[in-house]
Amino acid sequence: MADQVPATSGDAPPADTPPEPAALPELDTGLRSKLESGLGDAVKVASATPGRIHIDVNSKDVVRVAEFVRDELGFDHAESVTGVDRPADSEIEVVYHLGSYTRPELGGYVMAISTRAPRQDNPDPGNDSTRLPTLREVFYSVEFHEREAFEMLGVYFDGHPDNRRLLLPEDWADLPPMRKDFAIKGR
Amino acid sequence: MRMSNIAKQIAPGLALQKVDERIMTLNVGPQHPGSGHMRIIVQIDGDKIVACDPDPGYVHRGEEKMAEYRNYIQNIPHLERPVIHDSCNILYPYCLATEEILHIEVPERAKYVRVIAAELNRCVYTLYWLAIYGIFLGHSTMFMWPTGDRELLIDLLEKMTGARVTHAYFVPGGVRNDLPANFEDVCLRQVDYFEKRIRAYADIFYDNPILISRTRDAGTLSRQDAVRLGTTGSVLRASGVDYDIRKKEPYDCYDSLDFETSVLKSGDAYARSKVPWLDMLESCRIIRDALSKMPQSGSVRVKLKPNPKGDEMTSYKRVESGRGTLGCYVVSDGKPEPYRVKMSVGSFRNLISLPYLLKGEKLGNMPAVYWSLNYWPVEADR
Amino acid sequence: MMKDLLTPQNANVFVGKLGDILEKAVGAPLGYAINWGRIWSLWPVHIETACCSVEFGAASGPRYDVERFGIIEAFGSLRQCDLVVVQGTITRKMAPRLRLVYDQMPEPKYVIAMGACAITGGLYFDSYNVLPGIDGILPVDVYVPGCPPRPETLIQGCMLLQEKIKRMKARSHV
Repeated sequence: MADQVPATSGDAPPADTPPEPAALPELDTGLRSKLESGLGDAVKVASATPGRIHIDVNSKDVVRVAEFVRDELGFDHAESVTGVDRPADSEIEVVYHLGSYTRPELGGYVMAISTRAPRQDNPDPGNDSTRLPTLREVFYSVEFHEREAFEMLGVYFDGHPDNRRLLLPEDWADLPPMRKDFAIKGR
Repeated sequence: MRMSNIAKQIAPGLALQKVDERIMTLNVGPQHPGSGHMRIIVQIDGDKIVACDPDPGYVHRGEEKMAEYRNYIQNIPHLERPVIHDSCNILYPYCLATEEILHIEVPERAKYVRVIAAELNRCVYTLYWLAIYGIFLGHSTMFMWPTGDRELLIDLLEKMTGARVTHAYFVPGGVRNDLPANFEDVCLRQVDYFEKRIRAYADIFYDNPILISRTRDAGTLSRQDAVRLGTTGSVLRASGVDYDIRKKEPYDCYDSLDFETSVLKSGDAYARSKVPWLDMLESCRIIRDALSKMPQSGSVRVKLKPNPKGDEMTSYKRVESGRGTLGCYVVSDGKPEPYRVKMSVGSFRNLISLPYLLKGEKLGNMPAVYWSLNYWPVEADR
Repeated sequence: MMKDLLTPQNANVFVGKLGDILEKAVGAPLGYAINWGRIWSLWPVHIETACCSVEFGAASGPRYDVERFGIIEAFGSLRQCDLVVVQGTITRKMAPRLRLVYDQMPEPKYVIAMGACAITGGLYFDSYNVLPGIDGILPVDVYVPGCPPRPETLIQGCMLLQEKIKRMKARSHV
């Protein structure tokens, strides 16, 4: 690949040290203080960069937090629901990326709400303790995303009306494929 | 492989089977001229659709799982395969997220080259989509014209990148190679001709009374529902929500370029079919503007270390693709391979509105409504 | 003498034998004519299986225009088709459907495996949901390599199939 780099000079070598984090815009700090004053201990801000805020929420509080985020902060739809398997912590993380269409100033802003479900070593999707409350009543748009997270990681969403299979074949009888202990062939 | 006592999830379609005697369940697809690579299970009462259950997943290839086994550079070719005719745009958020994780600053010229490639690719995608929409509505000329005009832009992209559709042109740190000599002139000439061509589509397609009668008021999505269902891209903008990532969260050099977002109010299939066409006209404007503002020399790519490792961090980046907002969520744990790559794709997000739109429609309107969602099944399944 | 031999009881047998004799006598030239007819109207099934369908669509477009080689653009019902162009990756969910489509088609039928995924699994060789090539479920006549193959390559594959049909024995199918 290196030989395809054009001969023109001026290639800056990649920085080895991460650059200093830039100061957050006013909108970001405003949202953050609203979150902390409105919800108190229920949220932990994991990271905040301009335009992004990532909060960790306990699974007990996730519906309350989501309702607060929708009603008070103005986020009105979910862009994606990502399941991340964390075998080291014996947990499965589910991240909701929320955006806003109705508030123009939040157009370039994404709030990530991350919550965690206990992970089973020998999973039995739908019947074991890997469960989370669904956010479908709060954000209707998570419906298909949560279905996908259920089949890909085995996280059952309590209260979701339609926990059926979406993308995998009907006869899939193996582990949920996005779990880290599901190894693809030859790897 | 361990075969555990996994509970079987109910297969799609079974939930719809308790039916009244007069209601018939109909499988549309995966082998059907009006479905593409997916199955739509509809229940019809006479000619009226009473329920609909989309069944995607026929092209689910496990891209996200495969991405965990390849390093950041090796992931490029297979992550563009979900939309090979929009391959620049689908790689865009992945490259932006990877650049954040690897702390790479993209050279100025590369930003403009990327925008030109992305806009050309948006047109290539939209023309293919429009061609298939023509077929779905039985309008063969509308298949032939866009497929023919598409080849002109494919020629341009082939000059730029070396491949017809699967370009693998965007890499973390810039683009793979610089523009060929004399590219600006050829590009301007082609784009001028192309704009003249697509303006003519209004005569045969958008002002065509047959098309208007088939798509006007079919599958109307109100503004509130478009927001509530979390639709994106042309579906959202056809319902009157002015939301375009290129304006709201400008990436690369979009904030220095002069363009407008195209928004229509009516929210029916006609508006949804027209917004991508208006976007193409704006794309021509963007390309011309980017060509005039592009730095004439300079590097187009930052040289990476082999097998680059990122920090332990996450990154979520969004771009506006032909089908709407494309997000890529990359979780890095400090290894050369990403810990998790999640593509949040516009097709998948728009799919949720299909059962909602088809309820109460006539069965004959199904292809017109379904394809107006700007849906590409391969991308939705990943 | 003919009249004595031909009774209402054995009329069917007699006509059947006559058919056999006729086919033996004119089989070779007739077979040539049948094959000639087959190669100039290959109707592909309208089944897209993955991303190679983009290039299949482009091949039907005005620049490449496969129709001039006798490959009709994919329209209509699979009951009148005689060619499956497997356009790319076959996933585990699609495989039974593809076989179902193939089984419903009338004889004679031909299969073109288009793209690296349809041949060996291609880029998705280690994916959990992709078949390593379609040889296991369909008898493939022509392999068209590429990821995706250019329309020219697809056209060449179709012409190879036509050559193959020309040299095939024209079987009579029930």
